[in-house]
Amino acid sequence: MTATSPPLASSRHSQKLITRIPWLWVITIGYLSIMLFLPTSALLIKAMTESPGNFWKIATSPIALSAYEVTFVTALITALINGLFGTLVAWVLVRYTFPFKRLIDAAVDLPFALPTSVAGLTLATVYSDKGWLGSLLAPFGIKIAFTRLGVGVAMLLISLPFVVRTVQPVLSEMEKEVEEAAWSLGASRVQTFWRVILPPLMPALLTGVALGFSRAVGEYGSVVIVASNTPFKDLIAPVLVFQRLEQYDYAGATVIGAVLLAISLLLLFLINLLQAWGRRYDR
Amino acid sequence: MAANRESAWVVTALILVAIAYLSLVLFIPTANVFVQAFSKGIGPLLENMKSPDFLNAVRLTFIIALISVPINTVFGLCAAWLIARKQFRGRAFVISILDVPFSVSPVVAGLMIVLLYGRNGWFGPFLEQIGVKVIFALPGMILATAFVTLPFVAREVIPVLEETGADQEEAARTLGASGWQTFWRVTLPNIRWGLLYGVLLTNARAMGEFGAVSVVSGNIIGKTQTLPLYVEEAYKQYQTEAAFSAAILLALLALVTLVLKEILERKTRIKDVDEEA
Repeated sequence: MTATSPPLASSRHSQKLITRIPWLWVITIGYLSIMLFLPTSALLIKAMTESPGNFWKIATSPIALSAYEVTFVTALITALINGLFGTLVAWVLVRYTFPFKRLIDAAVDLPFALPTSVAGLTLATVYSDKGWLGSLLAPFGIKIAFTRLGVGVAMLLISLPFVVRTVQPVLSEMEKEVEEAAWSLGASRVQTFWRVILPPLMPALLTGVALGFSRAVGEYGSVVIVASNTPFKDLIAPVLVFQRLEQYDYAGATVIGAVLLAISLLLLFLINLLQAWGRRYDR
Repeated sequence: MAANRESAWVVTALILVAIAYLSLVLFIPTANVFVQAFSKGIGPLLENMKSPDFLNAVRLTFIIALISVPINTVFGLCAAWLIARKQFRGRAFVISILDVPFSVSPVVAGLMIVLLYGRNGWFGPFLEQIGVKVIFALPGMILATAFVTLPFVAREVIPVLEETGADQEEAARTLGASGWQTFWRVTLPNIRWGLLYGVLLTNARAMGEFGAVSVVSGNIIGKTQTLPLYVEEAYKQYQTEAAFSAAILLALLALVTLVLKEILERKTRIKDVDEEA
């Protein structure tokens, strides 16, 4: 009882606090309602006013299905590539010293700060047939800008920091002694990595991959510029929503937008679970 | 010891592969912005920057940031304080939905605003009656920007508030400080670096937002065109030079943001060390 009941002074102050609270509550709940709940419900309710048959027809039209495929498959592949190379970058930044390390470390955050249309513009130039990197691949018949590969490169760029920034802190807290112990007990380098380093890294790595995937799925700005946005080729779902709106096809935009929203919310839920798992691993 | 475990060439190879990957995806494309912008020398670049459309885009970008950043800062502070200091029903729910703007596609965010305030939207008829234009106009662009940047301040301030604890605030109140006094003299100084960090991220995203603003703006040149929209429009019109003169400005903004971010991160780290000592 004594442990749970607060001292007199603080209970009086929490009473004083209560008179102060409404302000904060009004601003917080009011703003969240107007800015977050209202728009989200507007989209979901509008989508539900479509008849189920019509909803299904729009949501599973061939062009929409192909756009989902381009979006999700490309985003998944790029998230996995970033999972691999992001872990490598984090590892190198945590464990080794080399020239310009601090600069490179800071530059990893660049995709967070660089506007997406700038990313799209520069990727479209660098990876075009005449660009610095595109011209190196053109002789082999590999085209990147204005193809699905361009979509992939844009997604790689914008989701790059997620894995690095989730894995990095876990790696730097990991004690080297554990690895050294495994090493001195005769484990090979490969065994040490799979058995000792990777397991505690897994929650952070998966969180980073999921965050990168979620970001890549929603990406618009860089992809719309670097891709040709041709249906059934390199048209992603967010661009499809945009095109539907441009054609004043509100039903089409709303239905496909609602599908995307639902998937984003699902991913957000998944990421929350992963983060909770990571915190449990901490303790 | 380390030399025993990993031979030098493995280390070198790993570092080189990491840098090569970063170069292909990030460093070379970023460097390209600067090379392209200066490809014809500084004269044409400055000439492009003097065009009325360009200046209008700069002005609009600043206006939008100037309005949406303070609004989200006030909201972020209120939400962060409640989440860090109060136990209430639905707290976990509020924390997780705070991230919704980060996970929703910017296009979908723009679509939501069109469905609310557009001509066929929920509030469309009412807005038309009172003669306020939201979609294809500044208010819609501010709403879109505020939506996508909503979580930043709260996200950065919550952990700082949780770390400092309520002790000092309670002490101040016991000594007779009012709510405002406590906030200005105790809470704000404690969270100032985290707050600045959040404001910095909000501003970078607000000035750089493309997708959501693109949906609601209608992209009317010289009227509802921000710098990121100008980049796309100029590129689509094959005015690559003009596109890159806007891009370099935005890239510089990104670099300044990163430098300030580094400085703020160091500030908070130094503070951590102080507290441990």
